[in-house]
Amino acid sequence: MTSPYDIAIIGGGNAALCAAMTAAEAGAKVLILETAPKAYRGGNSRHTRNFRCMHSGPLGPLVESYSEEEYFADLMKVTAGKTDEHLARLAIRTSEECLPWMQEHGVRFQPSLSGTLSLARTNAFFMGGGKSLVNAYYRTAEKLGVDVLYEAAVTHLQLDSDRIAWVDYTHAGQSHRISPKAVVVASGGFQADTDWLTRAWGEPAKNFLIRGTPYNRGVVLADLLEQGVQSVGDPTQCHAVAIDGRAPKYDGGIVTRLDCVPFSIVVNKNAERFYDEGEDTWPKRYAIWGRLVAAQPDQVGYVVIDAKSLNLFMPSVFPPLKADTIEELAVMMGLPADKLRATVEDFNAACGDTSNFHPTELDGVTTTGITPAKTNWARPITEPPFYGYSLRTGVTFTYLGLKVDDTAQCSTKDGPIKNLWAAGETMAGSILGQGYLAGYGMTIGTVFGRIAGREAAAYAN
Amino acid sequence: MQTDLLQEARRQAEICNACRYCEGYCSVFPALHRERAFADGDLTQLANLCHNCRGCYYACQYTAPHEFDLNLPKALAEVRRDSWESFAWPGPFARLFQTHGLRIAVVTVLGFALLFWAIRAIGSAGGDGFYAALSHNAMVAIFAPAFLFPLFSLALSLRAYWKSVGGQPLRLSHITGAFGAVAKMKDLAAGHGDGCNFEDEDRFSHARRHVHQAVMYGFLLCFASTSAGTVMHYVFDMHAPYGLFSLPKLLGVPGGILLTVGTTGMAMLKLKADRNLADAKAWGGEMAFIALLGFVGLSGLMLYALGSTALMPVLLALHLGAVLSFFLLTPYSKMAHGFYRLTALIREEQNKSPTPNPKPAAAA
Repeated sequence: MTSPYDIAIIGGGNAALCAAMTAAEAGAKVLILETAPKAYRGGNSRHTRNFRCMHSGPLGPLVESYSEEEYFADLMKVTAGKTDEHLARLAIRTSEECLPWMQEHGVRFQPSLSGTLSLARTNAFFMGGGKSLVNAYYRTAEKLGVDVLYEAAVTHLQLDSDRIAWVDYTHAGQSHRISPKAVVVASGGFQADTDWLTRAWGEPAKNFLIRGTPYNRGVVLADLLEQGVQSVGDPTQCHAVAIDGRAPKYDGGIVTRLDCVPFSIVVNKNAERFYDEGEDTWPKRYAIWGRLVAAQPDQVGYVVIDAKSLNLFMPSVFPPLKADTIEELAVMMGLPADKLRATVEDFNAACGDTSNFHPTELDGVTTTGITPAKTNWARPITEPPFYGYSLRTGVTFTYLGLKVDDTAQCSTKDGPIKNLWAAGETMAGSILGQGYLAGYGMTIGTVFGRIAGREAAAYAN
Repeated sequence: MQTDLLQEARRQAEICNACRYCEGYCSVFPALHRERAFADGDLTQLANLCHNCRGCYYACQYTAPHEFDLNLPKALAEVRRDSWESFAWPGPFARLFQTHGLRIAVVTVLGFALLFWAIRAIGSAGGDGFYAALSHNAMVAIFAPAFLFPLFSLALSLRAYWKSVGGQPLRLSHITGAFGAVAKMKDLAAGHGDGCNFEDEDRFSHARRHVHQAVMYGFLLCFASTSAGTVMHYVFDMHAPYGLFSLPKLLGVPGGILLTVGTTGMAMLKLKADRNLADAKAWGGEMAFIALLGFVGLSGLMLYALGSTALMPVLLALHLGAVLSFFLLTPYSKMAHGFYRLTALIREEQNKSPTPNPKPAAAA
């Protein structure tokens, strides 16, 4: 069985496109099999906004410098050491040459967005966001002769000992089988498969929202794992944040984030506080709230702020609930009113001197005598109207994935699979054991997408 | 103004304000991100800042089929057209032409008819050149009011606009800043300077910016040509016809060519572009306006080329008829957009560098 294609790339996001363009430039004939329809192409890359990039001097939109050591240290902070240092440093070191490569392939950058000044040195923002990056890459890939099939759902890769023999997919209601010389898997994690997520996490996962694409169902990942392809990562680990509880089940993306936790108290459905809302500056501790909310009854939290805090954070996509009294707000949020009033009163009584309040710094304005304490920005909630949001766990991506080496190659316990490479979220677990660093997913996707494309083309030629 | 259009624009602006990915594209987003809530006047101002480059639409992760169903270029185009209709003076003309290409055509034909009638009924009164067909005094009698009335009407409309968007006292820097943006049509280049997304989905191109500038500078050159002729006639007693190396011709011929080529290009781009990313209802009115403006340029050139033949009186009637209709329709057609855009950009310059509130007057 022959195929007109040297390389089949499964997936249509950043990593897949980087692999496709690199392989096509090396002379390979490439086919992209993207499950999503054209309008939703690009997987989670559609929702991204920046690329974390090492640089020894000003580079593109990035100011000053950002060394490998500093970058690596930032990564270690969020992953608590659960990091493959060799691969992580490879991604970091290569990121510097990626930025001009991205520009050559159509990506345009913009200065750091309002509200993200803290990232101006470390993260290069895509003008228009990730979808514009995806659009530019599709344009460039098509110019390079890459063929793209949308709504092409890969169902099976046939592993014959140490090579992939064929790829099965359905397209326009028909089943197809092709035998490209090489295959790159870049089809993301499995977070959109609620059943799989529930098997890994337990029942609470049914209440999770999926921040990105509904098309990352892990079909190819599961298929490969079943055939003994080596995996890495903990199935219970995912990047999860607390987002607006009214967000859609899938694809809510960036707008569903809520930045108000540091200025609030957060309670569960019993109107009890459960964690220090002022632990650290937002968004550094953004990621932990996904797990904190997941651990509460019904996997839901409720944020309460008062009028003086309303304009201290980025506007929310849905307006907050608003009431003149705490009791009224409790009723609107479905919380026990007396209990919420008591919780607010206890909290208010524990607040002290607020004259050092500073919204963008750890200000040490703390409570005394309550558990849990609020260790920064602790101002009493006294000034009506009062505002409320619900919080739910929003999953960005899962970490269980394919184990790769520094050439992005997959393997079985018997050794490398000669013609299979992986890039992007589907292998991010090879580098990150837990936690997440803003913009690092695009770094992994770009670096390993290019490596996978290069290696696959070298093999196919 | 129509509350449903404003409400839809507000809904979309609130989503944009929580996202901010498009901040680098044009003037709309920095202006949008300065607000937390959007009053009707804020939305009117945003709508008139938008140049319908569509960069934000193709970059948007929330366009249909996503349930948020964002289409900001369309939402703002509808508010924009509605704002021109509500500010137009006198009111009875407000909604007659923006969305009605056929009515523009009817007015144009009436313009032709009036000029044919004038040529027959009034005639030359012994003039030379074009004045052999229609006397100078008759032309002035027709065109002076037809020129001054739209200016007066627009001035009233812009004053109403300025009030609705909370305009402050003007400073020279506001005006020079806004003219700078218009001169380069910066908002059609996107923040990265690669142009806009118009005729071929998400491909960036300068085509629309270039044809727009051809139309704009072509129109300005033609206008300058007419003004030069007026000054030469009244101040220097130099009467038409003018030779090729006279100021009116040196300005008018390139102007006419730019206007003709630019409007043709614009119409072709508009035929390729997705109508649903703009005010689809106004498409016919916009196309008719482009055709009228193009005809003004083309008929002017033909009049120059064939002015000494027997066709001259017919061409003169067609050209002057088109010019007359164009002038009279200015406050009620797409032509109004230029005046509103400029006003919106001036207001944006004020918002970018707000002047401190004037000190309250000392208590008496």
